[in-house]
Amino acid sequence: MSTHADDTAESEESTADEVTEASAGATEGASEGARTTEATGGATGVEESPGDRRRAERRERTDRLREEAATAVAEAEETVALKIFRFDPEVADKAAPRFDTFHVPYHKGMTVLDALIYARDHYDSTLTFRHSCRQAVCGSDALFINGSQRLACKTQLGDLSWPVRVEPLPHQEVVKDLVVDMEHFYDQMDAVEPFFDPDELPDGDLEEQRQSPENRETVKLSTRCIWCGACMSSCNIAAGDNQYLGPAAINKAYRFAMDEREGEERKEQRLRILEQEHGVWRCQTQFSCTEVCPKDIPLTEHIQELKREAIKSNLKFW
Amino acid sequence: MYEHDVIVVGAGGAGLRAAIAAHEEGADVALVTKLHPVRSHTGAAEGGINAALHPEDSKDLHAYDTMKGSDYLGDAPAIETFAEKAPEEVIQLEHWGMPFSREEDGTVSQRPFGGLSYPRTTYAGAETGHHMLHTMYEQVVKRGIEVYDEWYVTRAAVTDEDDPSERTCHGVVAYEIRTGEIAGFRARDGVILATGGLGQAFDHTTNAVANTGDGPAIAYRAGVPLEDMEFVQFHPTTLPSTGVLISEGVRGEGGILYNDDEERFMFEHGYANNEGELASRDVVSRAELTEVNEGRGIEDEYVHLDMRHLGEERIVDRLENILHLAEDFEGVDGLDEPMPVKPGQHYQMGGIEVDEYGETCVSGLYAAGEAACVSLHGANRLGGNALPELLVFGGLAGRHAAGADLEEPKIGTGKAAKSEDGDVEPPVEPGMVGDPEDPVLADGGAVTEDPAGVVESALEAEETRVETLLERDGVNHAEVRADLQETMTDYVNVFRREAGLEQALREIREAREAYQDVAVEDPSRTYNTDLIHTIETRNLLDVAEAIALGALAREEFRGAHWRAEHQERKDDEWLKHTMLSWEGGTPELYYKPVILEGEEQTYEPKERSY
Repeated sequence: MSTHADDTAESEESTADEVTEASAGATEGASEGARTTEATGGATGVEESPGDRRRAERRERTDRLREEAATAVAEAEETVALKIFRFDPEVADKAAPRFDTFHVPYHKGMTVLDALIYARDHYDSTLTFRHSCRQAVCGSDALFINGSQRLACKTQLGDLSWPVRVEPLPHQEVVKDLVVDMEHFYDQMDAVEPFFDPDELPDGDLEEQRQSPENRETVKLSTRCIWCGACMSSCNIAAGDNQYLGPAAINKAYRFAMDEREGEERKEQRLRILEQEHGVWRCQTQFSCTEVCPKDIPLTEHIQELKREAIKSNLKFW
Repeated sequence: MYEHDVIVVGAGGAGLRAAIAAHEEGADVALVTKLHPVRSHTGAAEGGINAALHPEDSKDLHAYDTMKGSDYLGDAPAIETFAEKAPEEVIQLEHWGMPFSREEDGTVSQRPFGGLSYPRTTYAGAETGHHMLHTMYEQVVKRGIEVYDEWYVTRAAVTDEDDPSERTCHGVVAYEIRTGEIAGFRARDGVILATGGLGQAFDHTTNAVANTGDGPAIAYRAGVPLEDMEFVQFHPTTLPSTGVLISEGVRGEGGILYNDDEERFMFEHGYANNEGELASRDVVSRAELTEVNEGRGIEDEYVHLDMRHLGEERIVDRLENILHLAEDFEGVDGLDEPMPVKPGQHYQMGGIEVDEYGETCVSGLYAAGEAACVSLHGANRLGGNALPELLVFGGLAGRHAAGADLEEPKIGTGKAAKSEDGDVEPPVEPGMVGDPEDPVLADGGAVTEDPAGVVESALEAEETRVETLLERDGVNHAEVRADLQETMTDYVNVFRREAGLEQALREIREAREAYQDVAVEDPSRTYNTDLIHTIETRNLLDVAEAIALGALAREEFRGAHWRAEHQERKDDEWLKHTMLSWEGGTPELYYKPVILEGEEQTYEPKERSY
């Protein structure tokens, strides 16, 4: 990989220029990055090499995209400004975190994700964020938008004050731009033994376990979790205690501990995990997780319920 | 170099089920996936899982409905295997704790779905896929199956034999998105491609941004034929502004479609006098577009889906998720007003040619789920049949790859199954453009004659490809992709005309030429999504071209494939699968017969009316 580092440094320069040009052109110099734009030397040689041709085509396409964006911005009745957090440890001018401003033509119904995609595809293809389903089930695009944790795909720009500030989820290591490291979140989920584990199964091959509609209702909201990490990021306790299981993992435990298809013994084991030092008792019922949950899961209530279950089960042994 | 017995590419429903099955067979199995498993698009499936569970229902009836739904282009051995195994797979899920919707007595509820002669769709609210995905991922965690998440597989490592049927797959090459590391993954027993759909070839789709046909493109370039690619399902109820899916469950529960004249057009205009809104998806999609084309659409674009009469209690109980989707993505309150809907690309019936055990003609290379074509869905998939497909055929592929002792497959693969040559005349040459030595083309197939070094040499080829894309100067892929999506939506949509399909092939050719000059602007090895999207776009070009070529070749109207010049199903001529083989960059079209004779019944093609 050593040769690669050199190569990266080289291609970086021209890329950085292009980026600056693209965003400056589109943002009318509004970029907070405050980078100067240098003219890139064009190919003026007599014989056109394939590289020259590609460069020329690229300029043409870049110009066209920028023009298209400029026209769209001019024609749009409104444009929305997004101040987006930028960081890349590998790229010289992004190694120090900064905010870039992008002006995106606005239309009714447009979401923050739509605007991010527009900015990436029209101004700066290095703008990096996770997203996939666009419909709030994959949980990839939880971001810190105007100071709170939200899914970019289901956040209407029209519901926010402008300019819109978009940052990666707080309290997690930033990998690049809006992408955070989710490993710690996944580790906490794993820590609660997040899988169904009944004592016994029905005898018949095609026989299901019975579950009452009421019990299904009890666990229903907890099963909606999409692992987006918004709750964990919003939680003061998790911010101060890295070992705290956090609302999502405790909710996952609730989903199994409260499921009548699992046995009493298993429930006891689950409660022991939840009762440990960094478990349910750390929660101070601030409701920040419940407030930000994009699936409206009553996380704090579930944590409280498990505290009650833990007390009940401890009383049994007295 | 990483090494496992079985490597599963993709961790949605099919991939997870395959990994669990291989693990249960005793294999050392790993999932290699560009998204963390719970981000997979299986999670967006809403409606349900069909299985003949009820004593009054029967597997034969499920098989019959599926064959009829397929417009007699499904293969009987696949359909019967599917109907036979679907019930045990659903019960297996239930035993793994899946939170199904329940009856008062605690048993799993079932509801009616389009094209089914019995209410056999099990479900968990209107978020069945989400629960299925998470339930299976829980089982993967329980078993300690290794997951390489955010690793993007770019190529299969396959030996270099002229005849693809003599090739062997020894593994894959993957790129770790977080770090930029490129690594070989050697598979001692098999590679299973379970990469899902290809909806991003279209610009109005219910599919995720990640659904870029990676598996089909990788297999195709490695020599495996693509089958029946022209059969693309357009779901009749997607939200007009985003393509977000509104489940068929809404119509299953009694939702009604109205045009601008407030006519219940499915009946009043005679599209489906018996089943109405619950006719097969292709029928409903065409009906909606016909209404729009004849001036009875709302805002000349969509129709209304009304569920208000079901009452708040029933809607909240069974379709609550739909209320959120309509509100968040269209600003409509489904309790208060009808929801605007129009057809959108939803599902790819065709795919990587496989037998009942998911094996392709390349030894050791498997596929399952939407990426594969077994062929279960034929010309049209029934709602509620995709999720059980993931379970049944994901499970079988996992077992077979791990060496389970299974009967001889009844479905033939590769050229050995060919019955006749194709005769399509595209207006431009399809296939590879430019110099085959150019690493960016990434032909991606056979790379070495030496089986021992096949993964290493595939790895070198991919390293060169990635370095070239990162270092050279060129155009950005985004415009190439946007042009391609527009082309497909303009010409290879619900209604297809010969001139349009030819135009599509010309424009795809232009897009291929433009792709010759792509480069990645982002120089970073850290989480370079610019690079990933650029490689995906190449895959989209290959699968889009295969769809357009198949559509031009098939001169009949069957299932989801409607041709202006050919307004009837031609059973004498077209009871056969469209096969497309890459042939090192010069695609060859041929046919193989449909198998309508099953073990349980013989399926005589009948007129398909609902």
